[in-house]
Amino acid sequence: MDWGFVSATFDKLIGALPLTLAVWALSVILGALVAAGVTWMRVSGSKPLIALARAYVAVFRGTPLLIQLFIVYYGLASLPAVRASVFWPFLRNAFDCAVLSLALCTAAYQAEIFRGALLAVPPGQVEAARACGMSGLILFRRIIFPIALRHALPAYSTEMISMVKATALVSLITLWDVMSVALKIRNDTLVTYLPLIIAGAIYFAVNYIIGAAFLGLERRLSPHLKPRPS
Amino acid sequence: MGGLDIFGFGPGGWGFALLQGAAMTLLVSACGLLIGATIGGFVAWARLSGALLAGAAGQAYAALFRGLPELLIVYFVYFGTSTLLTAAAHAAGYEGFVGVPAFAAGALAVGVISGAYQAEVFRAAYRAIVRGELEAAISVGMNRALMFRRIIAPQVMRFALPGLGNLWQVALKDSSLISVTGLTELMRVSQVGAGSTHRPFAFYLGGAALYLVMTLATTRLFDAAEARATRGMRRAAG
Amino acid sequence: MLAATPALTVEKMHKRFGPLEVLKGVSLTANDGDVISILGSSGSGKSTFLRCINLLEIPDEGVVTVAGETIEMRRRRDGRAEPADRRQVDRIRSELGMVFQSFNLWSHLTVLENLIEAPVHVQKRPRAECVEEARALLAKVGIADKWSYYPAHLSGGQQQRAAIARALAMRPKVMLFDEPTSALDPELVGEVLRVMRALAEEGRTMLVVTHEMGFARDVSTRVMFLHQGLVEAEGPPDELFSGSTSDRFRQFISKERG
Repeated sequence: MDWGFVSATFDKLIGALPLTLAVWALSVILGALVAAGVTWMRVSGSKPLIALARAYVAVFRGTPLLIQLFIVYYGLASLPAVRASVFWPFLRNAFDCAVLSLALCTAAYQAEIFRGALLAVPPGQVEAARACGMSGLILFRRIIFPIALRHALPAYSTEMISMVKATALVSLITLWDVMSVALKIRNDTLVTYLPLIIAGAIYFAVNYIIGAAFLGLERRLSPHLKPRPS
Repeated sequence: MGGLDIFGFGPGGWGFALLQGAAMTLLVSACGLLIGATIGGFVAWARLSGALLAGAAGQAYAALFRGLPELLIVYFVYFGTSTLLTAAAHAAGYEGFVGVPAFAAGALAVGVISGAYQAEVFRAAYRAIVRGELEAAISVGMNRALMFRRIIAPQVMRFALPGLGNLWQVALKDSSLISVTGLTELMRVSQVGAGSTHRPFAFYLGGAALYLVMTLATTRLFDAAEARATRGMRRAAG
Repeated sequence: MLAATPALTVEKMHKRFGPLEVLKGVSLTANDGDVISILGSSGSGKSTFLRCINLLEIPDEGVVTVAGETIEMRRRRDGRAEPADRRQVDRIRSELGMVFQSFNLWSHLTVLENLIEAPVHVQKRPRAECVEEARALLAKVGIADKWSYYPAHLSGGQQQRAAIARALAMRPKVMLFDEPTSALDPELVGEVLRVMRALAEEGRTMLVVTHEMGFARDVSTRVMFLHQGLVEAEGPPDELFSGSTSDRFRQFISKERG
């Protein structure tokens, strides 16, 4: 085993990790904002808004992320209207396209998580809050959101990890993330498995850390699920 | 050739090609799902068996393939199976490179990923079976094989249907990644068409529309299957 | 001598759920210190009546006045009634303490946090004062040492007592009890009834929807019997329980006695 090669490969792959993580973080945050909007539409009670929200979720969960990515990066770039628009500087940039496309996709999944979490809030506890005179923002901030958050955490953790895995697709739109660097090393050195294995280990480690972090958060926020103190 | 003509079925029209791509997508996803069901069944059995080593191995398998990017797994399986096949061919005396058909590698990759998640679905479905029903089966004298065939397996399938419906959709979407191996499933056909006609927006949008149709249609199928499988179970829930 | 303003008055309350009219004109006056037990079989509208008072359900008709302040209502374009001023509703709700059948303590907060949540965030009282008062209330209902526990770690009786303390922490003018012991195991009912009895003896104004005949007979100052959305019988407990003129009421109590 050529440890020098292993070490050099590892360094090169780690060097690409910031890009992977940047795409991940930005798309997750942007996605959360869009998801909040979609969820708000979904619980609004207005029939057209609800239909629009459901259609959004159905489309972005019913089609592969890869094709969504290609629509944004290759598809939009080919439209004269887009090239002439104010968005062109962003939409010609692979990084921005990647973040946009991944964000729109995760927004659909996150919206479903938010919706499920809101449904899981026991209505009796909301009633008790209203009976004390709480309403509007206070009711949401102090009662609904904290309880919903605790219900959302496990599914949210899974989605965060899915998004890390999704970033590997940006290797197909010319971005130099961990995945594309691994493939380049394979092409240059004709060593097939080692770069892929090390890349896999890096992805696995990142996902493990995220999973552990969420588990820690869940534990901290749910002392009421632990056994009673003696 | 403008407008929607490119999607037409005449000469120069890509309609047939896209539909063939869709058919290939359905086929490779279905094979992947079946492979995943086999693997998932094994892993679930390993974890439920109570044997420490088997259980740990099952858990490791699931953790591994849920923590790795699907694209990476596709590349790995594609290159890996080719290497294995080439090595076997060399051992048999054949020279040169033997490539595994993209379909087989693709279905295997989808299956290996799906299996990790299906294991969890099967495990939860098994644990949802009411213990009393198994005791009743034993007390009327069923042996283990009969009990598995007549009581356990049908109930596991019933409880697993919702999860499996979801995983089928996932398999459909994961199959788009097989395009990197060159298999002419829907994603690849869209890509080739986009490049050939310089109309990426139309082709990728069209491909997405076909994926959506497949997703929505199969969801309906799964819902119907679920309704049929759980008839008679509603009463318990009141 | 001037009559004191009643703590709570309800005039001719009507409530429909679709085609079904659940309340057909129910009125009630509660003076300070009154403990009114509201009895009736299921479907009589008693819980709906209580929930309409603090607008958890919106009455179709009727006027609710709490300590002299009338809740303003108005009609929507589609004819349905709604409160005219959301702020007034919140304020009046904070003056009415409600205790629910299923306790409804907030699961993510400790018992103490449950008690101070509304006083701090709705009534905007200083936190230290709310904490002190909360501790005193917990001692009063008998669970002082459970202040740091989460609701999931308490028995049903303890949770309900905490819920009563939570309602008391708001310093309510009137307390509303919606079948407070119906969801409790029989051996836990007593500890909750004891607390309610102590509150009654203190002079609290209480409206109690209940099936506990003993409480209705021994602790309340008045009993109101609802049948199919109307007040069938009303009066002091001895009057009603020993010789009511209402056949239906006599039938009802003989059924409850079992």
